[in-house]
Amino acid sequence: MNAPVKPDGFSRREVVVGAAVVGGALVVGCSPADLMSAGSKVEVGAFGPFIRFEPDGFVTVISKHVEFGQGSHAGLAAIVAEELDADWAKVRVEQSPANAKLYGNGALGAQLTGGSSAISNSWEQLRKAGAGARAMFVEAAANRWNVPAGEIVVKDGVLTHASGKSAAFADLTADAAKVTPPESPALKDPKAFTLIGTQRVRRKDGQAKSDGTARYTQDVHLPDMLTAMVVHPPRFGAKVVSFDADAARKVAGVVDVFEIPTGVAVVAKSTWAARLGKEAVTVRWDEAKAEKRGSAQITAAFRDLATGKGPADQKWESFGAKGDAAQAAGGTDAFEAVYEFPYLAHATMEPMNCVAIVDGNSVKLVHGSQGQTLDQLAAARIVGTLPGSVEVETLFAGGSFGRRATFNADYVAECVHVAKKVGGGKPVKLVWTREDDMKAGYYRPLVVHAVRVTLDKDGLPATWRHRIVSQSIMKDSPMPSKGVDQTAVEGASDSPYLKATPIVDAQVAFPEVGVPVLWWRSVGATHTAFVMEHTIDQLARKAGKDPVEYRRALYAKAGANRHLTALDLAIEKAGPKAGEGWTRGVAVHESFGSVVAQVAEVKLVDGEPRVGRVVTAIDCGVAISPDQIAAQMEGGTCYGLSAALYGQVTLTEGVVDQSNFDTYRVLRIAEAPSVETHIAPSAAPPSGVGEPGTPVIGPATANALLALSGQATTRLPFVGGA
Amino acid sequence: MAASLDVNGKAMSVEADPDTPLLWVLRDELGLTGTKFGCGLAQCGACTVHVNGDPVRSCVTPIAALSGAKITTIEGLGGAHPLQQAWVRLDVPQCGYCQSGQIMSAAALLEANKKPTDDDIDAAMGGNICRCGAYQRIRAAIKDAASSAAAPVVAAPPAAKPAAEADIDEAISAASGATSRVQRGEVR
Repeated sequence: MNAPVKPDGFSRREVVVGAAVVGGALVVGCSPADLMSAGSKVEVGAFGPFIRFEPDGFVTVISKHVEFGQGSHAGLAAIVAEELDADWAKVRVEQSPANAKLYGNGALGAQLTGGSSAISNSWEQLRKAGAGARAMFVEAAANRWNVPAGEIVVKDGVLTHASGKSAAFADLTADAAKVTPPESPALKDPKAFTLIGTQRVRRKDGQAKSDGTARYTQDVHLPDMLTAMVVHPPRFGAKVVSFDADAARKVAGVVDVFEIPTGVAVVAKSTWAARLGKEAVTVRWDEAKAEKRGSAQITAAFRDLATGKGPADQKWESFGAKGDAAQAAGGTDAFEAVYEFPYLAHATMEPMNCVAIVDGNSVKLVHGSQGQTLDQLAAARIVGTLPGSVEVETLFAGGSFGRRATFNADYVAECVHVAKKVGGGKPVKLVWTREDDMKAGYYRPLVVHAVRVTLDKDGLPATWRHRIVSQSIMKDSPMPSKGVDQTAVEGASDSPYLKATPIVDAQVAFPEVGVPVLWWRSVGATHTAFVMEHTIDQLARKAGKDPVEYRRALYAKAGANRHLTALDLAIEKAGPKAGEGWTRGVAVHESFGSVVAQVAEVKLVDGEPRVGRVVTAIDCGVAISPDQIAAQMEGGTCYGLSAALYGQVTLTEGVVDQSNFDTYRVLRIAEAPSVETHIAPSAAPPSGVGEPGTPVIGPATANALLALSGQATTRLPFVGGA
Repeated sequence: MAASLDVNGKAMSVEADPDTPLLWVLRDELGLTGTKFGCGLAQCGACTVHVNGDPVRSCVTPIAALSGAKITTIEGLGGAHPLQQAWVRLDVPQCGYCQSGQIMSAAALLEANKKPTDDDIDAAMGGNICRCGAYQRIRAAIKDAASSAAAPVVAAPPAAKPAAEADIDEAISAASGATSRVQRGEVR
């Protein structure tokens, strides 16, 4: 299972750079990909790291990105199949091993699936891979048939020549493998695409995910495997003082109970025994350094900061400054609003889990890895090996929404600690309960915005003062970027509305709070889209203008043509009138390179907002799979609506109040909207799809409620807000 | 402790304490991993199986309640059930983790109601969470399967229920929090 580590197999340089990474420092002069893949033993075939031709006639496309619902596997395979002219019905997808050099994300460096970048960062890479392999087959056929390569046609995985000669990929694989791969193969003219952009690009995992055979981390069962659960502290930052495991050890099936850095681990022969054992452990915690504030206190502190009543020594950073800031604070008849957003749980259907096998300093991980490189670095540090030598078998993940990519690989590290202690190459499956998942972090940050806008004589913004207070997600990054943490301000800092405003004073503050925070599907846009889009509707109202016309005027002023295109498309497809009894709200937002506009129809049912028809327009560049784009708009809308309607994690004296779906309400089928998706035609390279559908529905709903009742929404969630 | 369970038409002998939830016996003892762990509290529906044809949350159903009962899991639907075909046809799954439970709830619905309305679907599927938000396609696929299903929709029809069926149903539904067809007044 695990290849033994052979130190003599590494060059001295690999060991040095690997040790540097293990030690937490980066060495100047080596690329990060070299460092992060040091020690890796991944083999690459004749057709490169992304394509393999199988004897049964199938083409295997190797995906460097995890499939956790977003549909990337199908999209990535379609890019290859298009350039290769493969038969789509005979294309399989396989998950790549971990290797930052071969399989790193071109946009992020590390092997990591995030930022809605799976398709966009792979677009050129996989087109070239497909086109290169195609050229190798064409040359092999030309040589075998003694005809000019230019006369050979490839269609559905079969090469033909006018002379009547014909061969399938499988017939020519051995010959083609000997051809030197072209350095810059000719790519198709997008007008000649026959697969990309069609309804034929469908998921490859639909059957396995409908018959129970799709394999997730939770489903891994290996010989002699033990299952571990961890007792986590009730307050973030608490440490174990002592624990009593006597009762736990008496539970049939419990094998061992021991301390690890994040709590007390219970190791058992089955999941149920681990659970009973976990419940039987009592722990004394040192809470001296724990966060003891409640979310109401944190919100109040953030609100004070945002409204100028906080401590004077708080550091502020600018994310937009134009003209005289004093004017942004002055003027009369200003629009002013303060918006509050709670912590949110990702609440994936599959709670966090991981399988680790540690034998000496050899490690194998089997799990739905979102950031293979991050997981490798964390595991390597714990067992003292080269990061690239940490083998990762990436499985389907039962959702992530950002949760499975933490800088410290939190629960993966937890699993490796347990497996290291168990040792001997015995597989250990770490299982978080739903309660662990809800209470042990991580969360979308709690955020407060304060906005002050004055209008010019035409009713358009003349001055815009903006304050954001949030915890910083990026402060835990091993390679923090210079400048403002963009994850807190994206969507505001690049807003066309600020671009169209002559005087801007926009600043952000990042107070220290001991609650672990993380990106959450669409990241900064989860709150900035709400603030910008709901503010714009209120400004339009103040100016006595129609919100759609008001946006059009601002987009024209800012040169935001793609926003205009998306808005116009959504408005056109929505038609002139809302359904009887429904009120419309509109919102438009750009994130991850794509612009989404939505027209949402909303009514109140028993006092709660109900969203019905949602007409969505997206400009995401070249559309690889229109059906998967629609699926992401449908799902992203539900995810965003669930949070806007019900989502909130609150804390009382530092303890998370929610524990399961009975206390953390999420969207259910009766509350789900009916989303129609329209894709703006584009020849631009593909941009994000997984996240951009999420942040728009909240403000669209708020804008509909504003139209319905005249009431603005200044805190989320809409229902049951604290 | 040894117990005997009737799973997907086969008698299975398992070594488990009587109060062990069915979910963990299916997954850890019998290797039937299609049934998923999501919440452990009958809140999300990922663990839904059929017990005597009724949808039941296996994460809170102790095996002690299941002696003589016919248990059907996602594996028991066979893979080509009209609902499964519709799920694939409409590309319903995203992450897919909840879909076994969704399909089992939908299969019980269609077994009781050949032409469910939107309200019927809301009522029957309200206990199944999909965090990817595939609800719109789940609804469409149920209707698609309902319109295309000429064949029986349940692989193990509850025709041969044991004599004590009502008691078992009630005990299970009391334990599991699921709504049985008995409670819904659809049988009796």
